[in-house]
Amino acid sequence: MAIKALFKEGVTHLSIEDEMTIYTALEQKNDLNQYLKPDVDLQINLAKVAEIDSAGLQILLFIKQQADTLNFNFSLIEHSQAVVEVLELLNLGSHFGDPIVISADWSES
Amino acid sequence: MSEMDAALETFSQEAEELLIEMEDSLLVLEDTPDDSETINSVFRAMHTIKGSSGLFGFNVVVAFTHEAETILDQVRNGERSIDNELISVLLDCKDHTSKLLEHCLDDNDADLSAELKSTGNTLIFRLTGKDVQEENQLATNSTEGGIQVENKGNEISADNWLISLEFQQDAFRNGMDPLSFIRYLKTLGDIEQIMTLTPELSSGEEMDAESCYLHFKIIFKSDASKQMIEDVFEFATDDCDIKILPPHSKIESYNELLNGLPDDHVERLGDMLVQIGALTTNDVKKAIQNQIETDAEGSEVESKPLGEILVEQQVVQPVVVKEALKKQEQTKQKIASESTYIRVDSNKLGQLINLVGELVISGAAMNLMVERHGLSDVEEVAVSMNTLVSDIRDTALELRMVPIGETFSRFRRVVRDVSKELKKDIALTITGGETELDKTVVEKINDPLTHLIRNSLDHGIETPEQRLAAGKPAQGNIQLNAYHESGHIIIQIVDDGGGLNTEKIMAKAIANELIPEDHDLSQQEIFNLIFEAGLSTKQQASNLSGRGVGMDVVKRNIEALRGSVSIDSKEGDGTTITIQLPLTLAIIDGFMVETEQERYIIPLSMVDECVEMDTNEWEIDTVQHYVNLRGEVLPYLHLGDYFHNRKSQKSAKRESLVVVRFGQTKVGFVVEELHGEHQTVIKPLGKVFESLKGITGATVLGDGNVALILDVQGLMQVAIKEKGSTSALLTA
Repeated sequence: MAIKALFKEGVTHLSIEDEMTIYTALEQKNDLNQYLKPDVDLQINLAKVAEIDSAGLQILLFIKQQADTLNFNFSLIEHSQAVVEVLELLNLGSHFGDPIVISADWSES
Repeated sequence: MSEMDAALETFSQEAEELLIEMEDSLLVLEDTPDDSETINSVFRAMHTIKGSSGLFGFNVVVAFTHEAETILDQVRNGERSIDNELISVLLDCKDHTSKLLEHCLDDNDADLSAELKSTGNTLIFRLTGKDVQEENQLATNSTEGGIQVENKGNEISADNWLISLEFQQDAFRNGMDPLSFIRYLKTLGDIEQIMTLTPELSSGEEMDAESCYLHFKIIFKSDASKQMIEDVFEFATDDCDIKILPPHSKIESYNELLNGLPDDHVERLGDMLVQIGALTTNDVKKAIQNQIETDAEGSEVESKPLGEILVEQQVVQPVVVKEALKKQEQTKQKIASESTYIRVDSNKLGQLINLVGELVISGAAMNLMVERHGLSDVEEVAVSMNTLVSDIRDTALELRMVPIGETFSRFRRVVRDVSKELKKDIALTITGGETELDKTVVEKINDPLTHLIRNSLDHGIETPEQRLAAGKPAQGNIQLNAYHESGHIIIQIVDDGGGLNTEKIMAKAIANELIPEDHDLSQQEIFNLIFEAGLSTKQQASNLSGRGVGMDVVKRNIEALRGSVSIDSKEGDGTTITIQLPLTLAIIDGFMVETEQERYIIPLSMVDECVEMDTNEWEIDTVQHYVNLRGEVLPYLHLGDYFHNRKSQKSAKRESLVVVRFGQTKVGFVVEELHGEHQTVIKPLGKVFESLKGITGATVLGDGNVALILDVQGLMQVAIKEKGSTSALLTA
């Protein structure tokens, strides 16, 4: 499975280890949906997301929306370069509100 | 200081008086919106208050009255029409002005209350369409249910495009990736702000990860044209609702461009906006589509004007549309004021038409040459010249077109005078007065029309007593109606009088030996008898009509114009006389056919269809001369037999059947060859040939040969009679 889960101190830590595109969207959404529970905080590690498109982004927006309705904290960590690029393009960084760490080994482009 | 106070006192009184005067004037305007004196007094009130307020430094009053003054100035110059809506806005403006004055006189330095401010803004908007808060409109409109992204700064500069993208759910499935469009958009300029909205995103299981719920609002800074920006989203047009609102800074340039548009002809709003680049053709198409759809939905709701739809679709600012409409209106007025007439000697016009006729002929000759020598490069030139020639032909003929309304309205007097003389109460209703036809036709139709109307007045409409007794209103009604129908003009005279009495007509016709006693005429044929010479059913001839001369003359006059007249009547309910006339006498679109090496022209407007004269396909009765055309009995006439006296020696050649229609009657002409469409200049035949049956004129062909123009009506009668007579012979 492309999503690894770890439960620690009442927080679900997920790591998505695949691209987030229209090809994977349906499966990922169904996988992720089971972790969306009221009052259980969720943290997703995006370090291994090599590619993200609109459908993938939409999943993140969806989880954020669910977090607001189901009242849990949702955070993204270790954004991959691809994710950062999209979040910057759409100026969504502040929407998710997570500190984005810019890694030194990203090439300038 | 006291001097100042005194001046203020005077000003306040004066302003009050002016405002009261303005209110009175506005109320007067409600009844007489065109009274220029009253409009002036309203304008003066606003103007004077503005001026005096300026002296005292009442800036809020100046700012507000300035807007009202501008509008009133437009009204005064006729650029804007005054209507009840505007009047009610202006009345509110008057109230607002007096409140503003109160405020200023009370304490000029205090800030305006929020209430006064917002009333002022709304009024200005209602007056001018300028929305003071417009800039933020898009942003505030679109926050519902979406995710709002922090703005970089709250101020949205007026110099940016506003782009709204609403992707449809199938966008992903159709291979769209909205992000790629936005990436591409970035190559054209800077994205100042972007909002990602997902108003339709459902929760939990319902959310389909493969459906697209993304909407974007983008504030975009770029020098690109609207078309360029739209092209970015070219591939997404099917899956995305795209709205592109030009920046405010562009409005000014749009307005400038609008002013720069030539004002020698009125253009459609959409075209104007596309020309200046405020809209793309796509926007206009969509709006028109929208308009058509709402039209189709229900006839109850009046369809919205295009401008309103465009603004609703948020593709253009209201100000630009307003400006464009203003420009359009100005152009219209300019044209209206400039469209004065030039009196031209009708002989000169005739000469021009003759020349155009010759031009058409020599054009045809040239085409023939081009064809014969196979000059393909010349052909192209010849084709474009042909188009021009036919345009010139149409325009030249239009020069002679006059609306029939003038002729019609002359009959008002006739109806009035005659009905007085006859002690009848008759009203004349005229419709279709704007229908145009050739001036020569108008001149020649005047007498027959007069006669027909007098007939209706005299014979048709009964006296008030008779009408009341018959249960009809005492006032009789005659309708004059004109309209175009397939290359012809139809003039109808309808009365609601007593109608024709078939018994009387027959009795008279038999007495005058017009028809045999054992006739078997149809109702229609009986009615048409009144156009025969020597038949009047009115027992007593009046000095108006009824001597039995006239109706036959009417018919002859109309037929001389290549027209026809028919009559329909219902006893007790009234009579309808229908006159059918060709639009012009000079040039027609003809259909050329050939038989026995002779060419003939049939007016194209009368040709219904052409089929092969084939015994395998159609049942043909060669004795009674009719064809079973798809179950319809169609009498036919061999043009070869008729014109060449070729007594039915069957040629082996393939023959064609040209089906012509006149009114409700259809007849077929059998010919050997079809040559197709031909611009035909009608040359009248000389006096010698006047009695020739079946031919109305001739035309010169490109190769110098002469083709005869068929008198379709005449030939139709021949065809029908021939069929009738042979069948009569057979049954006898």
